[in-house]
Amino acid sequence: MTQTTETELPHWPPVNPARSPFALIDDAERQPLAERAVTRVQLPTGATAWLVTRHTEVRQLLRHPGFSSDLLRPGFPLLRPLPPDVTSNSQGAFIRMDGAAHLRLRRMLTAEFMIKNVQRIEPLIHQTVADALADLAAAGSPADLVSTFALPLPSKVICHLLGVPYADHDFFQSRSRLLLDRRAPAEQFQHAAQELREYLRSLIDAKRARPDDADDLLSRLIRERVEPGELDVDELGGMALLLLIAGHETTANMLGLSVLLLTRHREQWAILRDRPDLAPGLVDELLRYLSIVRNGLFRLATEDVEIGGRLIRAGEGAIALLSLANRDPGVFDDPDEFDPYRQAHQHLAFGFGVHQCIGQPLARAELRMALVELARRFPDLRVAADPQELSTRDTSIVFGLDALPVTW
Amino acid sequence: MTPGPRQASGETTSRVTVDRDRCCGAGNCVVTAPEVFDQDDTDGLVLLRDPTPGGALLDRVQRAADLCPAGAIRID
Ligand code: HEM
Ligand code: SF4
Repeated sequence: MTQTTETELPHWPPVNPARSPFALIDDAERQPLAERAVTRVQLPTGATAWLVTRHTEVRQLLRHPGFSSDLLRPGFPLLRPLPPDVTSNSQGAFIRMDGAAHLRLRRMLTAEFMIKNVQRIEPLIHQTVADALADLAAAGSPADLVSTFALPLPSKVICHLLGVPYADHDFFQSRSRLLLDRRAPAEQFQHAAQELREYLRSLIDAKRARPDDADDLLSRLIRERVEPGELDVDELGGMALLLLIAGHETTANMLGLSVLLLTRHREQWAILRDRPDLAPGLVDELLRYLSIVRNGLFRLATEDVEIGGRLIRAGEGAIALLSLANRDPGVFDDPDEFDPYRQAHQHLAFGFGVHQCIGQPLARAELRMALVELARRFPDLRVAADPQELSTRDTSIVFGLDALPVTW
Repeated sequence: MTPGPRQASGETTSRVTVDRDRCCGAGNCVVTAPEVFDQDDTDGLVLLRDPTPGGALLDRVQRAADLCPAGAIRID
């Protein structure tokens, strides 16, 4: 392919910011993508990839065994060049692994995060929500909902589950945020990754040096997997890192955006308070409509696969665009409307295929309980800013709000 | 994803099978049709409670098969 045709390709991620936090991408950039199921796009690294934008094709791509998640493979579509020491740093990060190696690690965690288990820890989530609400009330109106409620809540829950001291939250939250920002300078990125790995490694070493019968996930994995020799400590460190980051940034960003949206739909705020039984459906519609993983999921074809009438060849990159698939008019009527009564269960906000979010029962429970209790305790909650004025995380892998000023 | 074979009586019977080797334990099936699917307490993988669910359940079993991210549920 010549340089001239390359420069005519649409850019991915989008170049212009969207007009509001609820518009997934700039309208002019969305239009050509919505016309086709598969579009060739140009990445910031100069490489090209196939952007897949419809529900059926996104599902097909993510469930197909001919696509790899391993970004160390040559030709993997990247948003920024890989740091030089990435190989030594990627152990245990099963979100980037394929096949049996992926399943081996994922299966050490499936029972932990399954619905039955999350139901067992609902009292803990409930208490954490109550504490966070008390903190918000104590902060007094006006307050920043993100730093006083949305971020502490899932951070405390994942810390408790993993056995990571919440007192270190400033440290791991700031590093996590940096790792998710694709514009973060390479040096800072590497430094943050290394700091987090070292932090978790010394936490694990300390737990191993003082074996007890603690019931947190890391202690249990040490007892049941590491000591018997089934799992390497560095692998455990990588798993802990993945869970720590994925466990707090995602739910936190969903919460901030959900409150912004729901306070603009006052009748929904009231329904949340009076009809908590409707909350699970509302949460699914929030996940669909807000689709916070807005850059899409990146894969490399390892064999020739036809998707949406396009032959994607072995060695080419493909991106499953969850956000536009979640607004596919063939599946969701009036997809750009927020409608809590629609059957949104088919949404792909948690991905699809063998990597589909392992934390989804936890995320759903946190979102449901947090929003219901917030609407009960603060029936008059208002956002004290125009949505257009709010600073958004446009360059983050996980979209969200930097802050959300609220009054009551 | 086709309906089960028509029997002489006109009743539709469907047989559900699950492939635990493929299952990634996301648990969508348990949310969608808890009468038919469960997750193992020890490994979190799918367990079949009812391999021949009755007519009223079939819609939801079909939906569970459709939502299964790993393609681990079959209806014949
Ligand atoms: C609303 C909140 C959340 C959203 C939207 C979300 C979204 C996603 C998506 C789209 C994937 C698929 C990635 C891929 O296929 O490459 C994923 C995977 C994952 N998520 Fe979540 N997530 C959320 C909450 C959580 C929570 C609370 C946890 C904590 C346990 C978590 C842990 C993980 C892990 C460990 C993976 C990797 C799974 C694998 O590769 O097998 N997520 N998430
Ligand atoms: S939905 Fe599929 S992958 Fe998930 S638990 Fe059920 S069978 Fe397993």
